[in-house]
Amino acid sequence: MEVKNISFSYGEKPIIDGLSMSLSGGRRIAVMGESGRGKTTLLKLLLGVLEPTSGVIERSPGEKPAVVFQEDRLLPWFSALKNAAYSAAPGVSAEELLKDMELGESMDKLPKELSGGMQRRAAIARALAYSGDPLLLDEPFKGLDPDMRERIAGRILERAKNASILLITHDEHEAGLLDCDEIIRL
Amino acid sequence: MRRFFKNKIVKKALIAAVWLLIWQAAAWAVGSKLLLPSPVETAKALASLAVTGTFWKSCLLTLLRVFAGFFLGVIAGAVLGVATAASGFLDELLSPLRSIVKATPVTSFIILVLLYLTSSLTPMFIAFLMVLPIVWANVLSGIKATDAQLLEMADAFGYTKAKKLSAVYAPSVLPHFLSACTTGLGFAWKSGVTAEVIAHPAFGMGKYIYESKLYLETPELFAWTAAVVILSFLLEKLVLLLLGRIVRWK
Repeated sequence: MEVKNISFSYGEKPIIDGLSMSLSGGRRIAVMGESGRGKTTLLKLLLGVLEPTSGVIERSPGEKPAVVFQEDRLLPWFSALKNAAYSAAPGVSAEELLKDMELGESMDKLPKELSGGMQRRAAIARALAYSGDPLLLDEPFKGLDPDMRERIAGRILERAKNASILLITHDEHEAGLLDCDEIIRL
Repeated sequence: MRRFFKNKIVKKALIAAVWLLIWQAAAWAVGSKLLLPSPVETAKALASLAVTGTFWKSCLLTLLRVFAGFFLGVIAGAVLGVATAASGFLDELLSPLRSIVKATPVTSFIILVLLYLTSSLTPMFIAFLMVLPIVWANVLSGIKATDAQLLEMADAFGYTKAKKLSAVYAPSVLPHFLSACTTGLGFAWKSGVTAEVIAHPAFGMGKYIYESKLYLETPELFAWTAAVVILSFLLEKLVLLLLGRIVRWK
């Protein structure tokens, strides 16, 4: 995915102005900035939910981004396992991924029966199960304690070894956890 | 002693007893079973009805008519709900129809429908007509209220249309649909019996309510009404029980 000089504005108010980046070849980019600086808008642009006002996003044929949204967006009526399994690429075991996310004991629980941090990890497991590239992560470690962040970051890197990653975060330390090559400040 | 009164069943039994006493006192005060039969007289009338074949046949036929109308209304309402959610034009085209059906008094419909249908089919059609707009409106609003973030998620993860329907839309609409079914069942039941009162089918609880009134058999009138209320209560409990089982995540 190549982002070429994109801008986006809501009415008169510019949100993103002339942003370029290359999310390919396993590149890892962290995007940082205060609230309201367009980080989530950028995610929507990359997913194709919004169209840039100017500039282009070039997607390679067959490209399918996987995403961890800022909100967990788990289907409330399905267990953690079913949530992950519903998005799993053929041949990928959602069960293994949930175990990786330390949810082995809780995979049959509904989202409402999980703590905030557990729901977060279930959302990460779902994104990894999809086996998409690039991997778009909007504050993926929200609600996880420092030790857990480190472990989960390590497993994301193991599982998405060759994928390009876009990390949206407030915390520069997290960019380090995911071994980012570049930090863009909005 | 206090604990005894806090027991739910005891409490409900006591409340029922209080109201039965009030009824009994009122019957004594009126002093005529023609005007107001007592609970005991009503129970006696119900007991003597319950040993007749006519009573059970009427209950069964009323239940069948109401259920058939209810079932068809639920299906038609769900189909129209989905269709009007998918097409704004269709929604605009059909919404006056929904409003008219909702606003027209049920007795007008009964008399009108009797011109076209038999007295046995009229209660069924009336039950259908009462359920249809309720299920339709609820399914429509349920679809419209589906969480946009979940739909965006489904698109992001490449859900097919069928998967989106079964994993996102259907579970979101289900609580709306089920609550429409509970409300609709109550309406179907009451309107179905009312239609029987007016349409006079060969057998039917509504028919005998009317005949009891006609022959001034007030204890029977009360007994039939009590049977309608008891059946309605049981049906509602049954639906609520099913509803609670289906929507586990709420």
